[in-house]
Amino acid sequence: MGIIDKIQTITRQAIHEPKEEDPSKLLGDSIILTQLESVVDWARKYSLFLYPFATACCAMEFMSLGGPKYDLDRFGAALPRFTPRQADLLLVVGTISHKQAPILVKIYNQMTEPKWVMAFGICAVSGGFYDNYATVQGIDTLIPVDVYIPGCPPRPEMVIDGLIKLQEKIAKEKWTDWPKGAAPVVAKS
Amino acid sequence: MIADLIETIAKILFVFGINMGFFSPILGWVERKQSAVMQDRVGANRADIMGYKAIGLFHPIADAIKVMVKEDFIPDGANKIFHTLAPFISLTCSIVTFAVVPFGGQYEIFGHKVNLVIANLDVGILFVFAFASLAPYGAVLAGWSSNNNWSFLGGMRASAQMLSYEVAMGFTIIGVIMVFGSLRLTDIGMMQEDFFRWGIFLQPVGFILFLTCAIAENKRIPFDMPEAESELVAGYFTEYSGMKFVMFWMGEFLEIVTISAIVTTLFFGAWHLPFITDADLVNFFSFAGQTGSNFLAILVNVATFLMKVIFFIWLQMTIRWTLPRFRYDQVMKLGWKMILPISLINIFITAVIILV
Repeated sequence: MGIIDKIQTITRQAIHEPKEEDPSKLLGDSIILTQLESVVDWARKYSLFLYPFATACCAMEFMSLGGPKYDLDRFGAALPRFTPRQADLLLVVGTISHKQAPILVKIYNQMTEPKWVMAFGICAVSGGFYDNYATVQGIDTLIPVDVYIPGCPPRPEMVIDGLIKLQEKIAKEKWTDWPKGAAPVVAKS
Repeated sequence: MIADLIETIAKILFVFGINMGFFSPILGWVERKQSAVMQDRVGANRADIMGYKAIGLFHPIADAIKVMVKEDFIPDGANKIFHTLAPFISLTCSIVTFAVVPFGGQYEIFGHKVNLVIANLDVGILFVFAFASLAPYGAVLAGWSSNNNWSFLGGMRASAQMLSYEVAMGFTIIGVIMVFGSLRLTDIGMMQEDFFRWGIFLQPVGFILFLTCAIAENKRIPFDMPEAESELVAGYFTEYSGMKFVMFWMGEFLEIVTISAIVTTLFFGAWHLPFITDADLVNFFSFAGQTGSNFLAILVNVATFLMKVIFFIWLQMTIRWTLPRFRYDQVMKLGWKMILPISLINIFITAVIILV
């Protein structure tokens, strides 16, 4: 075993197998604690209600995603709720201009915990080719983002892949990850 | 005395179990699958327990657990008491109605007369209407107490729409009452033993009008003005999250079941199979002895009733996924200018025929 392999093993152990003093391990293999967490994560991952914050042309691709060919409902994530109180997943679909930014932050703050954000398309991810004074250079300058989906617009397969990645992320969440709280920036409207 | 108590408790458990335990979770799944079938999609099918997917039947479970652990939100400036009370009113009104809906006839088990309805009221149909007209309070209170413009508009629309259709619905029922001559739902069910005396043959216009009014009462597409998503964000429950929001939904789903049950009772022969009378059925099972034959007859009749109810649930789901939403003035026009006059004419013609 080479020295690099050894370092890798140690790092992996340090990340994936916390020591006994770790508070999450204090109860030993407490079945109830871990089970409830995983059940809740399982439920959350298959029951994502969407809030489509659709501002630009990517919305066309979002429509295709809900349609018969790609069918987002298979993953349990097809019920759009148009009030942020009932939504779990904020889909930022399209370009966010500086005029639009306070609205996005407000919507994010209005969402009830737990909430996730998906940046749909390159404009939401990084501003894309709108490298100018009018466009927000990526929505992660405003609100925390869980999944980035590049593309102009992204193909529906990429979005489905992103959704599955998000589901994998949700499956690993702990109680301590919540609540996420308000956005780090203050919206002046 | 004890037998009566056991009988009532058994009936309440059955009705409550079949509504809260079977219909309200399963209808969420049915609605999804119905929309998927009608839009040529597959529909929800990925939620798995130990690798079993069960054609998406676990998705309602996932939804239920998720809404229970979702943040329960009450907005600033909301009236906390009414904001919390509204979903309960909505849900209670739709489930209490089942107390007077008969799901079977009269039977004799161990020498004890069993009537398959929880409360055999002599004003059964009025009881249904009383609770149907309490239902708008849930929507109006939700809209008013949320301290939100969209909620308030939704609540106002709900009250206007439901009051308008209540009037028309009352008139459509009068024809049925005139034909059967009773307000007791059990009696109405008994009189439809003969296939050609089913309500649908005696009151065909009344059936169509009643179903239209009932769907309008239920606030579902094409009559979902109170929650019109493209106009009023989510209408009267805009500010509700988590379990309270789902209670409105459960109320809506249970109302579908209520409507189906009442339509079945009034127009589609209640628990009767076509061309088979209750006595025939008991005689057919006579090999099982006196109690056994009655018991088998109960099973057949309750199953018949539930099949009819499920058919009407399917019909309402199909209507919901077929039609677009009406404009608000069209809803009002339909209620006051079309259904109300037609129901009055229906009453008049029924009266003339009965008299002649």
